[in-house]
Amino acid sequence: MLMIYCPYCEEERPELEFHGEGEAHIARPTNMADISDEEFEKFFFIRENQKGLVYERWRHLHGCGCFFNAVRHSVSDKFIKTYKAGEPKPKLTQKEIDAVLPPAKSTPANEPVWTVEEKDQ
Amino acid sequence: MTGSTVNTGANRVAGRGRLSPAKTVSFTFDGKTLHAIEGDTLASALLANGIHLVGRSFKYHRPRGILGSGPEEPNALIDISRDKARRQPNVRATCQEVFDGMVAKSQNRFPSLEFDLGAVNDGLGRFFPAGFYYKTFMWPSKAWDKLYEPIIRRAAGLGDSPDEADPDHYANRFAHTDVLVIGGGAAGLLAAKTAAKSGKRVMIVDENSEMGGGLLSDRQVRLDGNPASDWVEATVKELNELDNVTVLTRTTAFGYYNHNMITLAERVTDHLEMPDPDLPRERMWQVRAGRVILATGAIERHLVFADNDRPGIMMASAAQTYLNLYGVTPGRNVAVYTACDSAWAVAFDLKEAGVHIEVIVDNRKDVDEALLSKANELGIKTMIDASVVNTTGRLRIKTIEVKPTYGSLEPFQVDCLLMSGGWTPSVHLFSQSRGRVAFDEEKGIFVPDIYTENCSSAGACNGTFDMEDALQEAGKLAVEAVKALGGKAVKAVVPKVENAISLEGFHIGGAESAGPDDFTKAFVDFQNDVTAKDIRLAVREGFHSIEHVKRYTTNGMASDQGKMSNMHGLAIAAEMLDKPIPEVGLTTFRSPYTPVTFGTLVEHNKGELFDVTRRTPMHDWHVDQGAVFEDVGNWKRAWYYPQAGEDMDAAVNRECKAVRDAAGIFDASTLGKIEVVGPDAVKFMNMMYTNPWDKLGVGRLRYGIMCREDGFIYDDGVVARLAEDRFHVTTTTGGAPRVLNMMEDYLQTEFPEWNVWLTSTSEQWAVIAVQGPKAREIIQPLVEGIDLSDEKLPHMSVAEGKICGVPTRLMRMSFTGEAGFEINVPGDYGKAVWEAIYERGAPMGMTPYGTEAMHVLRAEKGYIIVGQDTDGTVTPHDANLSWAIGKKKTDFVGIKGLKRPDLIAEGRRQLVGLKTVDPKIVLEEGAQVVDDPNHPIPMPMIGFVTSSYWSENLGQSIAMALIENGHNRMGEVVHIPMPDEIIKAEICSCVFYDPEGGKVNG
Repeated sequence: MLMIYCPYCEEERPELEFHGEGEAHIARPTNMADISDEEFEKFFFIRENQKGLVYERWRHLHGCGCFFNAVRHSVSDKFIKTYKAGEPKPKLTQKEIDAVLPPAKSTPANEPVWTVEEKDQ
Repeated sequence: MTGSTVNTGANRVAGRGRLSPAKTVSFTFDGKTLHAIEGDTLASALLANGIHLVGRSFKYHRPRGILGSGPEEPNALIDISRDKARRQPNVRATCQEVFDGMVAKSQNRFPSLEFDLGAVNDGLGRFFPAGFYYKTFMWPSKAWDKLYEPIIRRAAGLGDSPDEADPDHYANRFAHTDVLVIGGGAAGLLAAKTAAKSGKRVMIVDENSEMGGGLLSDRQVRLDGNPASDWVEATVKELNELDNVTVLTRTTAFGYYNHNMITLAERVTDHLEMPDPDLPRERMWQVRAGRVILATGAIERHLVFADNDRPGIMMASAAQTYLNLYGVTPGRNVAVYTACDSAWAVAFDLKEAGVHIEVIVDNRKDVDEALLSKANELGIKTMIDASVVNTTGRLRIKTIEVKPTYGSLEPFQVDCLLMSGGWTPSVHLFSQSRGRVAFDEEKGIFVPDIYTENCSSAGACNGTFDMEDALQEAGKLAVEAVKALGGKAVKAVVPKVENAISLEGFHIGGAESAGPDDFTKAFVDFQNDVTAKDIRLAVREGFHSIEHVKRYTTNGMASDQGKMSNMHGLAIAAEMLDKPIPEVGLTTFRSPYTPVTFGTLVEHNKGELFDVTRRTPMHDWHVDQGAVFEDVGNWKRAWYYPQAGEDMDAAVNRECKAVRDAAGIFDASTLGKIEVVGPDAVKFMNMMYTNPWDKLGVGRLRYGIMCREDGFIYDDGVVARLAEDRFHVTTTTGGAPRVLNMMEDYLQTEFPEWNVWLTSTSEQWAVIAVQGPKAREIIQPLVEGIDLSDEKLPHMSVAEGKICGVPTRLMRMSFTGEAGFEINVPGDYGKAVWEAIYERGAPMGMTPYGTEAMHVLRAEKGYIIVGQDTDGTVTPHDANLSWAIGKKKTDFVGIKGLKRPDLIAEGRRQLVGLKTVDPKIVLEEGAQVVDDPNHPIPMPMIGFVTSSYWSENLGQSIAMALIENGHNRMGEVVHIPMPDEIIKAEICSCVFYDPEGGKVNG
């Protein structure tokens, strides 16, 4: 169970108090009525959902009730930081990123193992 | 009973064991009464009584005996009961302590353990290869239902599920600690002591009934010149005396989750004869630790050779535990087959206890001279560079055949064979923490390599098999942990270790005689009956990933999760693939480490406590009136109020008529209510709802529709404008939380500069709906300060004043089509006001009506219920609500979505009414609608029924349905095919009653 730092309460609290709210930094177009179908598709349907660093929204639902953003590694589940809604994506140092990377594949243990044939391709 | 008069088993060894023979208990095994010493496990008690045969194997029904002495036990799974309701199958006999009156039964046998009909499978073993089920039950597909599935279901599983509700209760606790030490062996105790003495909050947990781990069964080792048990007892005493330490025994750490969250299962009463009923049976702990020190030890592996599964064949370390913890020898004529030094020490220990050791067989080419000379000294025959290649004995081992690499076969008569293939570090929890292991070629083990959580591994679980090194390591890691947590560490006091048992030497994979022929049964996984040949076959058939081999053969997939079998399976697969072991890789370890009862996971959350129950302020009144309730979300809502002799239909018909003929009173308190307040409130309402709000006057109501950005209906409700800057918004009963969440989301993240406050007021207001032609007459004398006339308070308006002396927001509105009011009063006054209105209204013909009548009445008017007549793909246009969209608005949530090509396309499913051609037939909600019932299958379906009722007021059935292009098909006949008939219905308007809508105006 994750520990999450609420940037409004300025406290680290257990995941039970929070609710995930999807990808962050998708601003609602100010000219919503006039955007094209393609623009709407991009705004409403298309999500990065990437393996790696993700910028995501959380709500401190059973706490202060505030929405905020976080940057987390989706494999290691480690947070780099959380920040208030409306703030720009934080600039990350390499050191900060390295600290949340999942361990390199030192051995194939615990990893799916491919057959020799697949490896050759 | 006293120890002197009770026979606790012929295989007790005087002077050995830590149990006090003075306290005895009796229990039954398969109906036979046996005696044990308090503190015995079921396994030690059975062995003391000479019983090895305890079960039948899963697939071949082979007789099986007790193999180990701990949680890794694959064979000795027993059905244990305390009483009729307290019965649990698949309990490991090696972990269950015996209590007086315990009833134990063997499993997976019929008719008896000694004679089991299922054993015919053993003879047919060549017909049950790996993947048997996948290969056999392929066709014909029709045989699945009637033949294959029933057979497989009957054959599957081991024990029988309990058939009564669990009468015990279970508890839950959250805990925080600086250092959590998992495992109470030598390394764990030293780590805990060092961290505790440094002032850190420490928890140490161990799955056994006593701290000490392997030290307690080791008579040979000396710590600071004394028996190891002295050091254990002194250390545990010290820990128990410290306020900053929690010591938990009979507690298994079974899950390792993100950010150092560890789950523990504490078994509180399972070992007690008469548990205090106030005690929980088990307690689940969720521990958040600053740092975790894993000291989980290692598990001894078996050896894979022909017929290695007979009762009487046992792990060497288990025999030592039975001897030195419980004072029990597993046999009188014992042979040892090993690839590891530690089994030699077991043989010496047994010999010194007076047990005959027939032979020590070691398959290594070289063995430590010291061991050989000690064996010589004790007069034990040894065979080096030799293997056990065959065994006999159906219900108990009788003979073994030993084949030296250079020499001829030699048989031995034995009643017990102890084996050891070396030790596997318990990296389960480390692996669960997503740490990565590395292969240590020299020791043939996987050890922790890269950590992802704040934890460390000490001792055997880290591959540190030497006890002195393990203790040093534990001390060092504890000091490190204290420092990492910002403390000042004391120096670790490591006792001087002498005479430690060596764990040198190992064998992984198939041993001599394990193949490669296709008939030998050399078991890799005892519980799932997986043999060496099964694994070879899987690889030959193309399963090259170890994860695939595991699933195809089921190796390691039983309740023991391959604690003993994983390494052997891996090595055999690696050999077949001609690849080094680390390249084949280890399968993933997952939670739980050992099986956990559902009770522990559920803890308090069952029965009444399973979920929240929400009751309205008038709930008790409904109960007194004999209301039948329905669950709506977490709410209990009065469904209908049957009178004597009435069934549901009769009650609902009566309630519906009363509302239209006189008046009805309805509890609408469950409606969600949100107060939207602030200078920008109207701007915010314009954004959230499709409707325009600017021109809604103060004191007026409007029905509002809320969409998502995709243009589909999300919620609806009546909104009151109480002031220029204050709206009283109602939502559907179930929708309140998500609507508020969506409003908060937009307000906080898209429009933070808008000055608006949102407050949930759902439970602040009790809502009493009074509906019907006599509604005004009934409430008139109770109301103060509000003119109820049509002129002053017309349909869809609100006024604030008092009713029965209580402040009210009185709304003139209708969800029935009749003139009516919804009276909001502070929650605490709800019941009193309700009773006052009822007292006045009842003599005038007013009737309480429930949610079912409410549904019928609103359907007669074609009012939708979001979630019943809409399903998340319905637009306001589809639902006949185009009028509720502000045509001149430049923005609202859903404005773009509503313009999407699909949403403006012709022929969408649209909400229409349905009148059955035979007006007496009531359609089924959810029934599919078709154009041509004679169309060959697959028949195109053009929609479905969303609401359907009998309307007593209209004397006919009424229904609503979503039908393709429905708005343009008025008057057409469609068909609803049902199992026994095809029903015809005519498409019509949704408004069945008072289509002009005059009644609401009074």
